[in-house]
Amino acid sequence: MRDRVGRRTVLVASAGLLATPWIARAQSNPIKIGIQSIFSGPIALLGTSSRGGIQPEIDRINAAGGLLGRQIQPVYRDSKGQPQEAARVARELVNTDGCEILLDAEASSGAFAVQEVVRDLGVLCVHSNSETSSLTADPKLRVATAFRSTRQGVHDAIVGGAHSAKVATEKKLSRWATCSPDYAFGRDTTAQFLEFLKHFKPDIEVVSQSWPKLGQPDFTEVITKILQARPQALYSALYAGDLSAFINQGNVYALFGAMQVFVPAMGDLPVLTAVKNLPPGIQSAARYLPTFPDTPANAAWYAQYRKANGNDYPTNWSWESATAMRFIEAAVTTAGATDGKKAAAALEGLTIDSPFSTTGKVTMRAEDHTLIDYAIGWGTTVPQPPFVTGIEPGDWGQIFELETEWKKKNGYI
Amino acid sequence: MDLDALLDCVTTSSCVVTQTVSGLIVGMLLFLVAAGLTLIFGVLKIVNFAHGTFYMLGAYLAYSVFVGTGSYVLGVLAGGAGMAVFGVVFERFLIRRVYGANVLMQLLICYAVVLICDDLVKIVWGPDFRAMGMPPEFQVPPFFIAGGVVPPFYLVLIAVTLLIGGALGLGLGLTRVGKTIRAAAINPDMVSALGINTTLLYSMVFAVGGMLAGLAGGLAAPVRSLTPGMGFSILIESFIVTVIGGMGSIAGALIAAVVLGLIRSFGTIGFPLFTEGLMYIAMIIILVVKPSGLFGKEIV
Repeated sequence: MRDRVGRRTVLVASAGLLATPWIARAQSNPIKIGIQSIFSGPIALLGTSSRGGIQPEIDRINAAGGLLGRQIQPVYRDSKGQPQEAARVARELVNTDGCEILLDAEASSGAFAVQEVVRDLGVLCVHSNSETSSLTADPKLRVATAFRSTRQGVHDAIVGGAHSAKVATEKKLSRWATCSPDYAFGRDTTAQFLEFLKHFKPDIEVVSQSWPKLGQPDFTEVITKILQARPQALYSALYAGDLSAFINQGNVYALFGAMQVFVPAMGDLPVLTAVKNLPPGIQSAARYLPTFPDTPANAAWYAQYRKANGNDYPTNWSWESATAMRFIEAAVTTAGATDGKKAAAALEGLTIDSPFSTTGKVTMRAEDHTLIDYAIGWGTTVPQPPFVTGIEPGDWGQIFELETEWKKKNGYI
Repeated sequence: MDLDALLDCVTTSSCVVTQTVSGLIVGMLLFLVAAGLTLIFGVLKIVNFAHGTFYMLGAYLAYSVFVGTGSYVLGVLAGGAGMAVFGVVFERFLIRRVYGANVLMQLLICYAVVLICDDLVKIVWGPDFRAMGMPPEFQVPPFFIAGGVVPPFYLVLIAVTLLIGGALGLGLGLTRVGKTIRAAAINPDMVSALGINTTLLYSMVFAVGGMLAGLAGGLAAPVRSLTPGMGFSILIESFIVTVIGGMGSIAGALIAAVVLGLIRSFGTIGFPLFTEGLMYIAMIIILVVKPSGLFGKEIV
């Protein structure tokens, strides 16, 4: 008898001993969030400045006790900018590393690949860098648990078109030239910009179009070709190092004094601070600037980013990725779970406080899982800080109206 | 294809002047890189796939010296001198070990150096692009010749490049060392048998090749963006130049580089969507008509 009880006691006690730490571990298990981006190669800044926006948010959440009482453990992975690698990494993050949520900070090429993996795995995913409109606008591509926390190409084109048409009318600019990188992004962005520019000002004539290769070291022949065409205005979708080289080489030919230039990618701090001899008077979108919106919340976020990142400047990707992390935090808290379906249901139509909005709030639109009400506007460059002045915010009412028309035209609705 | 625009251009003096200067500047900087590449191949029969890295490091070195001293001239000289030293180290410790070996071994070593240097640049200068900006002494407006736009900075670059090219040509043609290098290119065994230190000679060839690429990087730094991996695109164009000009021919490299520059500058007006393709078509035509290149020696 004593012997039998003893055996049972031992078995129960052993099971208890084994189970207790396991249960305790489950309760304190960190929430692993898979964060993938491009951390190497010529556009490593995409990944590093995204991480710069995400990590302080995670540190803040963890310092306040974590999410649902669990600490967040980020798992960063480099896709090297290759779509097939992005898909593999996304699958591995969930299946092998045990990540419950994905924060996809890939460029568009990778984001479309990740989107299909998310469709298969059903985890919550927030794309934080892909600005290609079709990712969320096209219902065939949409995924129930995937969202986008970034500005959108079509929004930029509408605001850029409206602003540029206004400047063109004031300055009587009818002869236009374009110069954009020769791949899908450059061609699509330019076509969309011209479409909305002509919507607002139909008497536009495009007299010259140039398509330099991405990473082309010398733009001289392109610049002289533009000069030969004698346009009154120039639109360029060049960005980062290519934009810097174009400006330096354009300065040699006094290009910026010969015509009014419109460059949406100019208004990002790494470009503005790296370009020497920044010409005044370039019209640019404000991608991320500490002065737009000109609010204490934005200024505080800017100061905190630089402090947390060795005095580096935040990029457009930084605010987009920080926003992704804030939406994940809000969705998981509201849903009380990290489960893809529950968190996605909580995220649809969710509005959160944000330093990156002129109204102080941004919303994850329910119908197409994309961000709205973020700060969007165009201004004029000056050679010294704040680099872009006189920023006019875009009209979200007008954006919604024209975006709907654009969606209809493309068969999305 | 916009042949009307091209016809308009070649019949307008302003367009001809502007596009010719534009073609010359692109061509001359390309010549400096390609000259080193073709020199190394001519003497050592090594296709230096790491040559674009010399150009990149030269540009970064010039940038740092310019930022430190404020002197563009010092920056360019540092780029050239630094890459001469780097060329010697590269030859002495790495490439020398694969002379006569399978070309794949050479390719492997060169590619390893490219990847290592790209990562080192990221560690030292950061992954983002850097811009030197125009030195104050060259921040002057362009002037006009026959209505065509001519930037003074580019005229200086063209002149400096011509001087370097001339010095290289004279050095190879008239000096004892130059003659020895040319002799080594034709018959290295005989040069060695005559008691000439070919080991030193080969190091010198790499020093000169590296210096030329470094100078090109430094000279171009004020108008080009500095990014890790920037040597790759210039390497491809340099190969086209060496193939068109003839592997091993400095004069051929000069002619081919200028032709390529002019193809780019006029091609972008007449064939805006096919400018890159034109360069390759030129290369294919040369390969078909004269497989050894414009000034290359026929392989018997």
